[in-house]
Order: sequence, then structure tokens, then C-alpha cells
Amino acid sequence: MAFSDVREYTHLSDEEIEAIGAELDEIRREVEASRGQADRDYVTRVITLQRRLAAAGRITLFASFFPPAWLIGTLMLGSAKILENMEIGHNTMHGQWDWMNDPEIHSSNWEWDTTQPAEQWKHSHNYIHHQFTNVLGHDNDVGYGILRMSRDQKWTPYNLGQPIYNFMLAAFFEYGVALHDLDIESIRKGEKDPKLLKKQLKQIGDKIGKQALKDYVMFPALTGPFFLQTLTANFTANIMRNFWSYMIIFCGHFPDGAVHFTEEELEDETRAEWYLRQMLGSANFDGGKFLHLMSGQLGYQIEHHLFPDLPSNRYAAISVKVKDICKRYDIPYTTGPLYKQYGQTLRTIMKLSLPNRRTSDNPAPVAPREKRRLRDDERPTRRSELGKWSGAASV
Amino acid sequence: MTAPLIERSSAVRRLRQLGKAMTTPLLPDDYLALINPLWSQRELRGRVEKVVPETENAATLVIRPGWGWTFDHAPGQYIGIGVEIDGRYHWRSYSLSSVPLVEGKTVSITVKAMPEGFLSDHLVNGLEPGTIVRLAAPQGDFTVPDPPPAKMLFLVGGSGITPVMSILRTLDRRDSIPDAVLVYSARNEDDMMFVHELRVLALRYQSFTFYERFTDADGMLTADQLDDVCPDWAERTTWACGPAGMLDAFTQHYETYGLSDQIHVERFTLATADGSAAGGEVTFGVGGPTVDVDGATTLLEAGEKAGVNMLFGCRMGICHTCDVPLASGRVRDLRNGDEHGEPGEYIQTCVSVAAGDCTLSL
Repeated sequence: MAFSDVREYTHLSDEEIEAIGAELDEIRREVEASRGQADRDYVTRVITLQRRLAAAGRITLFASFFPPAWLIGTLMLGSAKILENMEIGHNTMHGQWDWMNDPEIHSSNWEWDTTQPAEQWKHSHNYIHHQFTNVLGHDNDVGYGILRMSRDQKWTPYNLGQPIYNFMLAAFFEYGVALHDLDIESIRKGEKDPKLLKKQLKQIGDKIGKQALKDYVMFPALTGPFFLQTLTANFTANIMRNFWSYMIIFCGHFPDGAVHFTEEELEDETRAEWYLRQMLGSANFDGGKFLHLMSGQLGYQIEHHLFPDLPSNRYAAISVKVKDICKRYDIPYTTGPLYKQYGQTLRTIMKLSLPNRRTSDNPAPVAPREKRRLRDDERPTRRSELGKWSGAASV
Repeated sequence: MTAPLIERSSAVRRLRQLGKAMTTPLLPDDYLALINPLWSQRELRGRVEKVVPETENAATLVIRPGWGWTFDHAPGQYIGIGVEIDGRYHWRSYSLSSVPLVEGKTVSITVKAMPEGFLSDHLVNGLEPGTIVRLAAPQGDFTVPDPPPAKMLFLVGGSGITPVMSILRTLDRRDSIPDAVLVYSARNEDDMMFVHELRVLALRYQSFTFYERFTDADGMLTADQLDDVCPDWAERTTWACGPAGMLDAFTQHYETYGLSDQIHVERFTLATADGSAAGGEVTFGVGGPTVDVDGATTLLEAGEKAGVNMLFGCRMGICHTCDVPLASGRVRDLRNGDEHGEPGEYIQTCVSVAAGDCTLSL
């Protein structure tokens, strides 16, 4: 089965697919050529704002015994962590600001304020997730190895607990992300290289330790008698960030209309087809400038997946052009208000905790195919060609 | 490089460790820099204090370095300076013209605006005092030993005077310029940087001879004219700095006489973009393996073929796993034909090919 058999694209000729690819390439070229001072000013402004907010939050929490100060300090610190993870860290690690040739804002050395080591994130996210977006068995973002997100995945009684797993994943999302690159599936199957596993676990452990020391020991200790109040404030700020980033990320690929793929569609995929798969596999949500800032512009998930390394402040303008392309070629462009997008995601998680025959299939989330579907144990757990990666994981 | 001053005290060091634990994954510097941009050692930085015109098209930049700078450079060394233009940092190297440790807490470089050098032009004409620039620590071995040799010769062309200026000023500060001859070529008197200061030095020191050559009127100094301007050149340890053509001529001249180890040369070469170079010798890591690569093989493929352990991901230019800094030379991005040649610039090896010889920092 070829990619062109995906139902949403059957009306497109090969020439049209290439033409769409060329138009998208042109958008990339235009943005690349026009990056300049205004873009740099944007990111440095956000970074300055974020650092001031973090500092102000920490300072306010020295009065954590006073409930309004606890609340305001927590909100400031939580917002700073959200901004750092979403608009700054995630996007910088994608290389969106590498063009500035500024060693202080560069994908090669950015480390973010969460428990996942940047190096592992760049592999599991920038490469695996963005290259193999929504391809079952390849893309670990499909349910994070914990949730069943597609009717194409085999149901087991384990899935009955999905409502609980989902809540736990949301609350402790930063730890879910921390384990992202371990590939739980391959550990379960006993295929994981134990040496690599050990290296990765050590790296994660070190990062978790540093983060915990800061949030749960040092700052609480500095506030002396109000140790507990500051500790709960920092904990709440982290949880607040966890729920928010979980929701934004799950709205990127699981609302109705975002399609999952199987390895058959990957065969001989051209660059233009890769573009189309990104468009069909991602979902946007609508909102104002503030919402987009706090979600790292991932409300423009489609644009982000088409151009993961173009500056995030450009996605809004790019989306106008992408929407126009979709309209002209009659391709779906999935978007809606945030509550609706998350509502659909949540419904899918709940429904798929039950076997397929128990639930109805609202818009088929998997591209139809002719051949027999592969069983889960026949699918590869993960792309394995890692180059220097496996050796570099210990640094 | 010795440890920056701030790291030498153990109390300060312990305080920094504590600060690091509190600001992880950032550094305390990242927050302090919000108050004063110079309060950061994450990268060496400086603030431009003054821009002093030297000639019509050359200026001395007086820079106050921030935390982490050591002020212990050897006269004759150069520094890297990174300047932001339209959102992007551009790096160049310039010789320090200042004397180590004395001129307050500042360093200076003298820059000549080149006809096609948009960065040098920006430095001379476009840089406002107060601008924050990035710096790279002093390096280079175009230096004079201490004590200096008894007889010296400086062969200088154009802006090649800057490292020599730093050397002469340092000797002057010690009130002891040994037997030294400076042969300095510039287009005309207006174009000759530091000409007045040099003339004063020549008057003050019997031992220092200053030969001025104006090439507009007298033509370029050729190697065989050396006998006329400095008859005992073969007995002198020589430092030469200037345009590539001049340096080639003189190094060859010294070679002919079997005096190669008597001449020190500083080259300011910039890889030029002629847009035609395709492929070249690629060196993987400074001092690493060098292979001949054609203009269609990506640097990633070439590295893998050469047995170099290279990091990679998508192999289609989206994930930036394979990015490495360019040490020197030029590369071309296969997707759009853009050339990249800024030293230190990160390039995506999976979509880049060599545009001439280049070296990657691995």
C-alpha cells in the first residue's frame, strides 16, 4: 500500500502532491530568508520575561507563610516553568534559534527546567517523534507507551485502567517525559541494550536529583521556618506545569481528525508525502496570543510539524498560508477551541480503555489499508539506528 | 588559559556552586546578566566603551570585558569578537593592539574597514559605544619572547600593524626597545594607522628604526628590495603580518636563503565565497582524519565513510541532531544552495556538502 491510498489523499495526483510540497518548501525559504532582528528580539524578550518571572516567584515565596504570597509565588513560578518548557526550551532544542549563531540560545547546549535530559529529548522528540509522527510502533508519543490511543493497537485488560493512568501521566508528566527515550516497550520485550539503559537511567537520575535538590531542598531550606510552605508551593508549580504541558501535547495529535499511520505508509515516502503526513497527523487549537505563548505556539501544531525548526513566532503567519493550501487542495486542516480538542482526546482515551467491539468508531483515526494489519509484536519497537547516540548517552 | 579571577577564591567558588544548584539548569550568571550584561561567564562578553577613529577607514574599539576575562594576553595575540547584526552573531578575529594589564580594565582592537567586509565596515562605522559584544579568549603564537631577541625586524602591510603595535607598545612600556626595524607599507600617509605614534617612538629610541613605505607612490615592497631597506635582515628574527601575497613572497624569500625558522608569520585569511567550489578536503575534528569529498556527498556521509563516529537523526535536515560547529572553510546547504562559512557556526552535516576545503569541530 502506498501513501497515496490514504483516504484523505486519494483525490490528489502525484503531480499535485509534489506541487503542495513545492509550495511548502517555498514558505520555508521565505521565512528562512527573512529571519532577523525582530525574531531575535522576540525570543530574547520571552527569555528575559521568563527569568524575571522565575526570580520574582522564588523571591515572593520567601513569604510563603502568607497564603496570598504562596498563591502568587506559585503562579509566577509555575508560569515561568511553563514558558521555559514550552516556548523557550522545546523550541530552542528544535534548533529554531540556531540561525542566530548565539551560543547562549542554541539547540546544541540548551538544557531545560524539567527532569528529561535535553540530549535524550532531542533524540526521542526531534528525531523519532517528528520523523515518524503518529506511525504506530515507531512514534512513542502515541500514548507514551502507557496509553492505548489507536483502535489499531491491541486491547488488553491492562487498558481498563486508562482513566487512572491518564490522570497519573498528566500529574507527573515531567517524569513521563523523562522516561520518553528509554523505549519502555523494548524494555518490556527484553530487547533493550542493558548498557545503554544504564547510561540513560544514570543521566535521568542525575537530572531528577538536581531538579529535586533545587525545588524540594534548597529553596525550602532557604526560607527557614517556612520550609513546608515553600516545598508545597514548588511542588504545586511543578504539577501545574505538568498538567498544562500534558494537555497541550495531547491536543497535538489525538483530537478527532488527526490520523495515525502504519509502517506501510512510510515505504518510499517522498519529502512531499512526509509533509502531507505531518499535516494529517497533527491538530491545531485556536486561541489568542497569550494562549499561544503559554503553549509554545503548539496551537500551531500543524505548522510546527511542517517546519519544526523555523522560529515559533512565525507560525501564526505561516498558518494563514498553510490553511490556504489545504483549502485549495481539499485537504483536512484540523483545528478547534482548546476545550473541544482536549475533550475529544479525553473521549478517545476513555473509549479505548475498552475493547473495540464495545465502542463506536468516531472518525476513523487510522488510515485504511488493504493488507493484513501487523500485530503489535510484529512491529518494530523503535527506530534503532542511533549513530553515535548510544555511545554519547552517558555524557 | 588560567582560571578567571573570580574562580580563584575558594569562598567565591563555593558560593558559585551553591548558586548553580539553585539556578539549575541555568547558571547564576543567567540571572545576574539581567542586571548587568557583563556579569556573566557563560560566554565571554564585553561592552564597547569607545570607538576611536585611526584613519579614514580604520578605528580602534576599546572594549571592557565582563566576568571571566583574564587580561594576561601576550602582545601579538588576537581575540575573537562576535557582533550581532540583524539578529545574527558574526565572528571575526582581530589582533589586540592594547598592552596587557595596563590600560584600565579594557582591551582594544584596531579594525580596518575592508571594501567587501561588511562586518569590518560595521565595526568601524556602525558600532555604538555601549554595545555588548561576545569575545573569544586571546590566542595565537605571533608573539615576542621575553626577553626579546637582540635584533628584530617587523615586516608589516596595512592592518597587519595591529599585533606589532601591541608588541612595540609593550616593549616601550618597559622602556627597552632592542635593536628593531619596522618596515611598514600602506597605500598612503592617511591610510597608515598609528603613523604618528610610531614616528614618536622612532625619535625616542635610537635602537628603533621606522621605515615608511607608501605603495601608491612607490609600489609594493618586493622581497629583493629588502636588502635596501634593511641590509642586515638575514641576522634578524622577523615577524611578518599583512596581505597573503606579501607574506607568501617573504616566506619564500626566507626559504630560499634557508632562514625559514627565522620568520614568524601571522595570516589574516578569510575563506572566500566564489560560489563555484564544490567538494574539497574535509577534516573531521581539528587534527582528525582528512578525506577528499566531492560536492554531492554530504559531510555526514563522508564522515561515516571515513569511520568517524558522527551523531545523526532524521538525515533530512529537520531534527538538528547532526549539527556540528564549523572550524574553518565553507560548506553549502544542499536544500537551498546557501553557503555557510562563519567560523564557529553550527552546520547541519546531513544536508551540507563541502564548498572547498573545510574543517569541522567534533
